[in-house]
Amino acid sequence: MVTQAELSVSLSGITLKNPVIPASGCFGYGAEFAELYDLNMLGAFSFKGTTLAPRYGNPLPRIAETPGGLLNAVGLQNPGIEAVLARELPRLAQYYSGPLLANISGFSLEEYVRCCERANESDQISIVELNISCPNVHGGGLAFGADAACAAKVTAACKKTSKKPLYIKLSPNVTDITEIARACEAAGADGLSLINTLLGMRIDLMRRKPILANAMGGLSGPAVFPVALRMVWQTAGAVKIPVIGMGGISCARDVLEMLLAGATAVQVGAANLVNPYACKEIIEELPTEMERYGISSLREIIGAAHR
Amino acid sequence: MDYTVLRNNMLTPNIFELILHAPGQEPPQPGQFVNVQIDGQYLRRPISVCDWTHDTLTLIYKVVGEGTAKLAKLRQGTTLNLLANLGNGFTVQKHRGYALVVGGGVGCPPLFGLIKTLRAQGRRVVAIFGFNTAADIFYLDRFCTLCQDVHITTVDGSTGTRGFVTDALPLLPRRPAALYACGPMPMLRALYDAAPALPPGFAQFSFEERMACGFGACMGCSCQTKEGSKRICKDGPVLLKEEIVW
Repeated sequence: MVTQAELSVSLSGITLKNPVIPASGCFGYGAEFAELYDLNMLGAFSFKGTTLAPRYGNPLPRIAETPGGLLNAVGLQNPGIEAVLARELPRLAQYYSGPLLANISGFSLEEYVRCCERANESDQISIVELNISCPNVHGGGLAFGADAACAAKVTAACKKTSKKPLYIKLSPNVTDITEIARACEAAGADGLSLINTLLGMRIDLMRRKPILANAMGGLSGPAVFPVALRMVWQTAGAVKIPVIGMGGISCARDVLEMLLAGATAVQVGAANLVNPYACKEIIEELPTEMERYGISSLREIIGAAHR
Repeated sequence: MDYTVLRNNMLTPNIFELILHAPGQEPPQPGQFVNVQIDGQYLRRPISVCDWTHDTLTLIYKVVGEGTAKLAKLRQGTTLNLLANLGNGFTVQKHRGYALVVGGGVGCPPLFGLIKTLRAQGRRVVAIFGFNTAADIFYLDRFCTLCQDVHITTVDGSTGTRGFVTDALPLLPRRPAALYACGPMPMLRALYDAAPALPPGFAQFSFEERMACGFGACMGCSCQTKEGSKRICKDGPVLLKEEIVW
């Protein structure tokens, strides 16, 4: 039987008891899931994308179904970093004490930097995950993530401010993700998270209009897993900093594939929305799946497919 | 939780009644919904709860797309995975006089469980149900046995009052003490404008929206209200008239 220690991985000196992290935007600030299971079993947790000011987000409809996944155009709805620090994090502390990733987004360099400053003040936050890849807001997020020079600039500015390890969440909606990844690494990023959603759309045949009020939205779910795995493989081969792999993970086998491709940890997103117990079940499945493939320690297989 | 299909009856050519075996279920609050997993569809389908007993759950749904078309093919004995008791349903108010219950089309089913609860608590109920045409009507006899009076409206005038539910408001004997409504957005909007003024909390409207998770995590169905943003799936689907922003 695989022991707890053999499930553990490490991100920038922070030990995760297992590599499974609920992905930002699919787990809120934890409250809805804490009613269902003990969140302390999670490797870590990345909270809902947070901006300096509160945001209502995009008009409805924000959700459309796709084969093997869904499109969302939520548009970074969040109560703003002050409310997160004052209200959400103290509430989260009542039921979760593990490593926490603060997912931060912005519309200007200054906003990102100010959010990093505010994040410095919370002992609960272990890692800042800079979202430069939201496809659903105009003029923000992706504007920084689609260009290597811009990505480097925001990384460098936040690295100077942040006292926490800084991970950059990358977009797959670029020509060469490794170019952006290398630019972030050179600018001081401590790690990378990828992939954010793939830009997509659907049309309502009755109305002859896009289903989403925002027309386009981010595609996630099992349909994107092979694309995400490929990008994790390419990126992990191009940088030395740790990579958190995500995109369509829905079972323990997907976790093992991501680790073999070079991810040090993984995030699980859309799966939580169709099965609120998804992360718990994946963590519980891991030892059996490891045994099935003769894996005695997760740390040993990170990047093994490259060797 | 897994449920077993007991019956899946056609009520009209596109409205079905699904009765599930649900031993040990926590009784729902009227107006709550379930999110149903359907083979081959990534997202669950939110469906309001129509009725329940200690070990059954009745859902009434309309076939509108490929997900609900698959649901309509389910046979007796099939296992179905549901997230149950979702959302914030109707709050049954205490009052003299009568409660007015207004439904439109496939918005009528959750009002059945509500009316049963109202009756169990001794409230008198008058209902107005709107449909497109006489052939779309379902459950009428069951509603009639529970209500003091049931007014039907049809858009084409094939039965009852011609027009919309608001066209039946003048037929009411006197002002209701409470109002509970569920139906398409244009119906709720028209009713919001036409309904008599009631004390805060005594007019409750149930909304439908495209959603992903159904339990408050994804923010896919957040709408703006006078009390700030609310998630239709978690803070709703029932909103009080006072908080609604159109």
